[in-house]
Amino acid sequence: MTEEKRTIVRVIGVRKTFTMGSQTLEALKGVDLEIYAGEYVSIMGPSGSGKSTLFNMIGGLDKPTEGKVFIDEVDISQLDAYELAWLRNRKIGYIFQTFNLIPVMTALENVTLPMTFAGMNGDDAQEKGIELLKLVGLGKRFQHKPLELSGGQQQRVAVARSLANDPAIILADEPTGNLDLSTGEEIIELLQKLSSERGVTIISATHDYKMLNVSDRVVWVRDGMVDRVERREELNITIGGIGEKLTGRKQEPGGA
Amino acid sequence: MSRSGAVLDRPEGGPGRLITLPFSKSLEISFKSLRVRFFRSMITVSSLVLAVSFLAFVLVNLDIAAGLLEHGGRDAVRALSQAGYDVDLAGGAVAMSAKERWIVILSLLVCTVGIVNAQLMSVTERFPEIGVMKCLGALDSMILKLFLLEAGMQGLAGAFMGAVLGALFSFLVGAVRFGSGVLAEVPVGSVLESVGLAVLGGCALSLVGVLYPAWLAARMEPIKAIRSEH
Ligand SMILES: Nc1ncnc2c1ncn2[C@@H]1O[C@H](COP(=O)(O)OP(=O)(O)O)[C@@H](O)[C@H]1O
Ligand SMILES: [Mg+2]
Repeated sequence: MTEEKRTIVRVIGVRKTFTMGSQTLEALKGVDLEIYAGEYVSIMGPSGSGKSTLFNMIGGLDKPTEGKVFIDEVDISQLDAYELAWLRNRKIGYIFQTFNLIPVMTALENVTLPMTFAGMNGDDAQEKGIELLKLVGLGKRFQHKPLELSGGQQQRVAVARSLANDPAIILADEPTGNLDLSTGEEIIELLQKLSSERGVTIISATHDYKMLNVSDRVVWVRDGMVDRVERREELNITIGGIGEKLTGRKQEPGGA
Repeated sequence: MSRSGAVLDRPEGGPGRLITLPFSKSLEISFKSLRVRFFRSMITVSSLVLAVSFLAFVLVNLDIAAGLLEHGGRDAVRALSQAGYDVDLAGGAVAMSAKERWIVILSLLVCTVGIVNAQLMSVTERFPEIGVMKCLGALDSMILKLFLLEAGMQGLAGAFMGAVLGALFSFLVGAVRFGSGVLAEVPVGSVLESVGLAVLGGCALSLVGVLYPAWLAARMEPIKAIRSEH
């Protein structure tokens, strides 16, 4: 690892406590994490371990009870509403398990909406939207509404939308969670392609072992804490060929 | 190996630190949203149509009565008094009876409550969608703007329909009560004025009715909205 690494996401001592009536639940119990620009990081852990909560903290969608999150060395708790909207619009692209497309808009309108917010003019946005939909393999179906598309296709639209304003970071929360095996694999392949061809930092919460294959690093989360962080090389040693067996694909040698 | 390089090369901040939603685009989004949810919008608008048509009916009735009074003399006064109008002979004016005034006010109140209720339901239905918009960078003010525009358009369409309906019905009733001759004596200017007033009132009601639901939607945290889908 001679390459110089730039930290793009820094999580310091983040705790999150949910209060429901008289009960409190500590979903994150002090998480420290550093993610470098251009990395593909998977956050792995069983259901309920706090992956989504961490995802929301990093994405500026929710506020930590304690601790700080830095994006590009900027403490996001210090941002005002306008700057936060700007961060969500330009800096980060979100992909959700349930796709979360806007049902009353066509695929193309879904993809161009963030561009509209960014002040891009209509024609440019259309052109770029079509280009992005082609990139994710949906070149012909851009006039369809989400409900007229299959789950895999909807997630492709969501991937295209996440790329709308060329974000530096793509955050994905269980992007394959609602997809069948082969469709899920296609989405993973797509994310890997974005990571390697466009240099986008990808942070994906998942419990899908197929993700291991494409990750530069894996952050194992257990019970609201980071259990361990492994690089891909180490991964091969500890869990052998699990990923390979599941996807039937060979791993490329070396890493980032 | 060029990975981190590509990110570093990206010009920070891009073409400008801008978050906008131009008026024409808001209008387009609101309009499409109404069209897609046509039946939902109709339900929201229905109570407005009824209330505005009642308001227009009452106002145009007065206009017809005024026309009758101007042309009809003594006979007209008797006919109008019989029909339940307060006739001020000296001033040559006709006014709503107190009871009628109360019914109009009440109907408008009920209508506002109905709109708030219908809009609350429709906004709640759309929480996930609003949350997504916020995740994509929408500001609170944009959400507010979209809802106000939708309500404005709904108000305009509903109030216009209601006002025309009410006026037509008023003509019909006038013709039946006083003979079709009254229609010739109707002061067109003041009828138009009444219809316009009813349309304006209807728009205002629609906007007032959406304020609270829209405010709720606008200041909602995106994460709540995303989660409410599960
Ligand atoms: N809004 C919330 N209110 C209360 N408890 C929550 C909330 N969100 C998450 N939790 C709890 O926090 C824990 C971690 O949840 P989550 O981050 O969604 O886990 P994961 O994504 O790994 O499945 C779970 O026990 C969950 O029930
Ligand atoms: Mg989760």
